[in-house]
Amino acid sequence: MSAFSRTDTSILGRWWWTIDRWMIAAVTLLILVGLVLILAASPSVAEKLKYPTYHFVQRQLAFLPIAILVMVTSSMMSPKGIRRTAIILFSISLFLTVLTYFFGIEIKGAQRWIGFSGFSIQPSEFIKPSFVVVSAWLFAMPKWSKYNIGHLICITLYIFVAVTLLLQPDLGMAIVVSTVWCVQFFIAGLPLIWVMVFLLTGIGGTVGAYLLLPHVSSRIDRFIDPSAGDTFQISRSLQAFGNGGVFGQGPGEGSVKSVLPDAHTDFIFAVAGEEFGLIACLIIVGLFAFVVLRGLACALREDNLFILLAVSGLLTQFGLQAFVNMGSTLHLIPTKGMTLPFISYGGSSLVGVALCMGMVLALTRRRYGARGLA
Amino acid sequence: MIGRHPFSPFRNRREPPAPTEVDLARNRLLIAAGLTAAAFTLVAFRLLDVIIMPATQSQKVERSIPITKHYVSRADILDRNGRIMATNLNTASLYANPNLIQNKAGVAAKLAAILNLNAASLAEQFESKRPFLWIKRHLTPKQKYAVNKLGIPGLDFANEQRRVYPLGSLASHVLGFTNIDNHGLKGIENKFNNTLSNSGKPLRLSIDVRVQNIMREALLNSINKFHAIGGAGLVLDARNGEILSMVSLPDFNPNLPRKAKNKVLFNRATHGVYEMGSTLKIFNTAMALEHEKITMQSGYDATKPIRTSKFVIKDYHAKNRWLSIPEIFMYSSNIGSVKMAMDVGRVAQRKFFKRLGLLNKPQIELGEVGKPIVPEPWNDIHSMTISYGHGLAISPLQLVAGVAAVVNGGVLYTPTLFQRTRLTIGSRVISKETSEQVRRLLKLVVSHGTGSLAAAKGYLVGGKTGTAEKVVGREYKREALLSSFIAAFPINAPKYVVFVMIDNPVAIKGTRHRPTGGWVAAPVVGEVISRIGPLLGVKPINQNDPSVRDQMTIRVLTMKSGEKRLVSF
Repeated sequence: MSAFSRTDTSILGRWWWTIDRWMIAAVTLLILVGLVLILAASPSVAEKLKYPTYHFVQRQLAFLPIAILVMVTSSMMSPKGIRRTAIILFSISLFLTVLTYFFGIEIKGAQRWIGFSGFSIQPSEFIKPSFVVVSAWLFAMPKWSKYNIGHLICITLYIFVAVTLLLQPDLGMAIVVSTVWCVQFFIAGLPLIWVMVFLLTGIGGTVGAYLLLPHVSSRIDRFIDPSAGDTFQISRSLQAFGNGGVFGQGPGEGSVKSVLPDAHTDFIFAVAGEEFGLIACLIIVGLFAFVVLRGLACALREDNLFILLAVSGLLTQFGLQAFVNMGSTLHLIPTKGMTLPFISYGGSSLVGVALCMGMVLALTRRRYGARGLA
Repeated sequence: MIGRHPFSPFRNRREPPAPTEVDLARNRLLIAAGLTAAAFTLVAFRLLDVIIMPATQSQKVERSIPITKHYVSRADILDRNGRIMATNLNTASLYANPNLIQNKAGVAAKLAAILNLNAASLAEQFESKRPFLWIKRHLTPKQKYAVNKLGIPGLDFANEQRRVYPLGSLASHVLGFTNIDNHGLKGIENKFNNTLSNSGKPLRLSIDVRVQNIMREALLNSINKFHAIGGAGLVLDARNGEILSMVSLPDFNPNLPRKAKNKVLFNRATHGVYEMGSTLKIFNTAMALEHEKITMQSGYDATKPIRTSKFVIKDYHAKNRWLSIPEIFMYSSNIGSVKMAMDVGRVAQRKFFKRLGLLNKPQIELGEVGKPIVPEPWNDIHSMTISYGHGLAISPLQLVAGVAAVVNGGVLYTPTLFQRTRLTIGSRVISKETSEQVRRLLKLVVSHGTGSLAAAKGYLVGGKTGTAEKVVGREYKREALLSSFIAAFPINAPKYVVFVMIDNPVAIKGTRHRPTGGWVAAPVVGEVISRIGPLLGVKPINQNDPSVRDQMTIRVLTMKSGEKRLVSF
């Protein structure tokens, strides 16, 4: 703690004394937990896919410095800088996402990835955090005359983004983006009558997806009535938690990772449950809850509407992703492939989440006399 | 420190108290934060739920990983007296991680020598990149010791259980068998696979292995003696439908199911349906009595064969005269039976057979159940042939259940392989009086008719022979027979129904006897009854006791030198 003196006014010195160090500690812990779990879960998946044993570990380790760099750099920015970066990033990644239509690589039936000399990225992962900041900015725009131009632009943009994501098709991402956007709109002061309309649209959308998209309806059917179809993944996952018990079978002693194809991504929480047990799982849930709630508490003391909306949007996205992942693994909600932030394997996802938390850190820095922003 | 703490009470000092957009946003943010906290709490509780109560969860999960640490033994199967019919043996199974094996060809050769495997194909399997490979399941302790002694890295044992049937092939068609992963494939093992693999509680059947053994032995002797191709035997408790013995021959050793050919896996007692022949006259006569078309004193003219458009119905033991009802039954007259059925009419006949459960697939706790072959439409011609047991194919199980209902006072019970714990409710199919009359007729067949060889010393036996010509190709063949006998004892108050069927018996050289039901199957029934009677606690009876005589005596009208006379048997 004494690396920087209180009177140090260099960039790093100011960063250290104004940043939320508790949040940094929690995020660092999550990254460490993630490393341990990737080491536990991914070798058997890699072997099954005929990759070298530590293929996924090495790739994750290669992405980690990039992610940390992204997080630290973005956390050093001023709110204005964050806003500008987000606008630029949003434009680029939306453009690239549209491009995946024409040049995308198809993986597991969806065209989400775009190739760059040797490795592929999923540009839509970067739409998520940047769109949150952009919509926060638009929602916070002061009213012009009678019409709320900011809101109108925001609604238009949202529809465009949602349609782009649905066409990929990436229903999970579309749901996350929509939920976060609705939460932001709600906090931005959406009249209660519209809140009701949005809720009903959400329910209608779910029912519509159930009726129109066969893979959605089969998943929901299997959730409601486990005997109706193949529930191999979810039964294995629940069995893993049962096997783990309170203290777990011990690192590397689990068996679920050898049967679940997505043990290193969507079902990594089950590996944690089997090998490290209930206590470790509760710690992981606690860390996520701590990060989200502490961030929201920071947002509460904010006087600037843009910052308040941006922080709460980013944290909602982070928390929602964690909730959906853990909830699917525990058969609390129908299975939806979604990564567990900082813990699941996946380069784009890791960097995207790092950017998200970097921006949260930047926006929750203590600023005195910085109220006149925008 | 002012304002640093998010919920600082001093917060408002920095801001004028007028409500703004930001204040609204803060209020709403509080709601969102509350929901978030609730969501994470829900996850935490669900974790507790899933982990603390894994017992309820694991029941929903079928086992498919080869090595699981929490293993419930497959439940034992017991007979009605608690004798073990199926249980498990702990064994070790050898598997390998080929990636860890260094000298693959050498290891394959050593293992092949110990385990009697092909070294070349084993070496080939070791080339695979998969991390798991079964080498051999269920090693003997000697083999396990020898493999351990080699000390080869990359090999390991999984503790498994192997299903064993200590009684061998005794009840193979009832029990069925399992595959190498202890998954039931036939019989009770298949039908109750989930119960057996999850409950852990032994499953108790109604089978009595002593009765089963006696039946199988007697049946097997007869099959060998008459060079038959197979047979079936059943013993059923007439008072509640419990099956004490179910034998189908040829059978198989369920400990070595892979050696069993399809032919021996066929359960003749439940899966096979046959035109049973004259045993169906029991139903035909009961039906005519129940519909009051006949009495014990009435009779029919059996002088001439009945001619239909397609064939002629004759009597095998033809008397060529008027026959009373007891005589028709005793001499198994086809002509008399056809006339009875004609008097009742085909609609009532079909209804009666349906009520006895002969026209639908019977209920039993096995997967191997045959559907009866019922003529459609049910014409007069079918009505005639069915009266003496042709034109309708039913399984032995259906016959036995139906006969039990006719003799037990008229109540049909669904047959079962499990002990009935509560008082069972059957359905009444005929009146007590009809049942009593049919019992007297059955007794007459054994004491004076075609079933005399079924008599067992000390027991009152009543029964009926059946000799059906089998359909070979497209026509009935006089030489290919299905000979059977069905009996009930003690016939004055029946406790058990015994059925024996011999498929395609061949006449023994040097004897004049045609291999009919009375000649081939009736002696088996007699032997079985005399051996199981004492075991089942049925008291022997003095046949000359006046009260017994009274119960069983029958007055038979017969023709002597042109006029009807009454004879008492």
